[in-house]
Amino acid sequence: MTKTNDIILRPDHKIILDLIEPKARVLDLGCGDGKLLYLLKNMKDCRVTGIEIDEQAIFKCMERGVTVSQGDIDTGLEDYFDKRFDYVILNESLQEVRNPQRVILEACRVGKKVIVGIPNFCNISARLQVFFMGKVPVTKWLPYKWYNTPNIRFLSLKDFRHFCREKNISIVKERCLNQEKEIYLRTNLFAFVGIFLLNKN
Amino acid sequence: MTREGACVNIQQLLELRVRELEELRTIFLTPFIFNSITLNSPTLMQYIQTQTFTFANPPHEFALKSGVKLGPITLAYETYGRLNGDKSNAILVFHALTGDAHAAGWREGDKNPGWWDGMIGDGKAFDTSKYFVICANVIGSCKGSTGPASIDPKTNKPYGLSFPVVTIEDMTVTQKYLIEHLGIKKLFACTGGSMGGLMALKWAVLYPESVHAVLLIATNYRHTAQQIALHEVARQAIMSDPNWHGGDYYGKGLPARGMAVSRMIGHITYMSEKSMEAKFGRKLIAKEKLGYDFSHDFEVENYLKYRGDSFVQRFDANSYLYLSKALDYFDLSEEGDLAAVLKGIRSKILIVTFTSDWLYPSYQSKQMVRALKANDIDVSFVEIDTDYGHDSFLVEIESQSKLVTHFLDNIAKEISL
Repeated sequence: MTKTNDIILRPDHKIILDLIEPKARVLDLGCGDGKLLYLLKNMKDCRVTGIEIDEQAIFKCMERGVTVSQGDIDTGLEDYFDKRFDYVILNESLQEVRNPQRVILEACRVGKKVIVGIPNFCNISARLQVFFMGKVPVTKWLPYKWYNTPNIRFLSLKDFRHFCREKNISIVKERCLNQEKEIYLRTNLFAFVGIFLLNKN
Repeated sequence: MTREGACVNIQQLLELRVRELEELRTIFLTPFIFNSITLNSPTLMQYIQTQTFTFANPPHEFALKSGVKLGPITLAYETYGRLNGDKSNAILVFHALTGDAHAAGWREGDKNPGWWDGMIGDGKAFDTSKYFVICANVIGSCKGSTGPASIDPKTNKPYGLSFPVVTIEDMTVTQKYLIEHLGIKKLFACTGGSMGGLMALKWAVLYPESVHAVLLIATNYRHTAQQIALHEVARQAIMSDPNWHGGDYYGKGLPARGMAVSRMIGHITYMSEKSMEAKFGRKLIAKEKLGYDFSHDFEVENYLKYRGDSFVQRFDANSYLYLSKALDYFDLSEEGDLAAVLKGIRSKILIVTFTSDWLYPSYQSKQMVRALKANDIDVSFVEIDTDYGHDSFLVEIESQSKLVTHFLDNIAKEISL
């Protein structure tokens, strides 16, 4: 058995690992330090590639043996042919891109399926903070203040579902997390994170 | 050893070794100086010997890309580390334009270690406790391999301009002979910065089954108009020197002014505006105020003059013409689409560029990355943020080492080396 089985998995990583079948070809947009790709490579024998902009994070990817290209995900997908990958992952990176619509459509072009993980800016804790305190919410999943957040796009799970409907992207699966646990009811109210498996023909 | 008469002169002068690198180190790598001093103690180290390999003896001359036949051909080379039993741990390092086979370690009498000593050695990025590292001087050069300063066996005089024009492909193919001579069928890796990178790329294209990993640093797949233009100025500087005599200056006065000017141009292109500003600014040389004449006022002027003058002592002017021409001829996409040319590559590739390198800017490597990705070739690409310009591949040891060490380690694991 691989030693990766001993690692305590992040709940969102666990869900994404569940969604992807062994030996798939995977592209992770905004792959950070390459942890997820490393897990996919070692636990699922996937062929993995990442795109990341931060130099230090890239050093980490290289250390993990993850193939990575330095680049901006707003433009970095032009390099790939249609449906090159079985899965394209956008986990916790969509809210940081300038043109999310183009990035999702591009991801749908190069990937047969797309996995998008987004923080839910309209979960109950955030709503209460806005309503009672009159302040922009700060939560465990959104720990930043307005002046230092890397997030430039704020959306709820509901907003994302609407977007998919509008663009004719079908949501094959939707998995939601409250803190560490998966939840199934009133997700737009209670979930902190939503992970969507998308398909666009 | 049959060192040619004309080159002996140069060779003797060469014993002074690459003073340029010393200066680079002094300026950029102060911590390494301590390292060098401790290593320099002869009791702690073994001297490196430069070896030679001669092939293509008449009538079996080597056919150059131009169609001209050349032979015999001698290649000077050095090796570091040990070749393992199944000869699977060899890494071939290609040097840059004015480099040589002395990539690492110390030769007897050296004042400085080899030009990539920060990267090659025990426990370093190209770890000689695991890998067998080879570096050979290219043909057309003047550092022990056959070039225009070598004696033409037909005339018993230096070739001069009768030496055939060589290409990057010729330089690469001749090194394949050396690798076969060493009994190596497949390299674990090949690498190079600048011109060396062009050769590593050429190797990956020519011999896809003969290398597992290719590392391309501060390089390009074709020389652009700007790169050709800068070289042409350097060539014109040499050829306009009255001492150049159509390349027939051996045993007479050297075209020193032309060489110095060409090297000054070269050095400007190897630095960045920021690194020059940081190093020299507008500092004056031993003067309180401007001289209002045409003597040197600024440190940067003095520095370029020093670099130019020391180059005359260590490099052959004709070799500079030949090698710069070979670079300018290089265009991997000349036979069509770049992606189609790279299609056959079977190795994993790491491409490294530097943000301030305006001689081989990153966008050129990004075009290569795109063409490799189009072919589904496993390629990693990193642009290191640094102010040292094109010289970064020689001085950015720490960040390059991180990348190279892990890249090689992971591939070694995959192939169970």
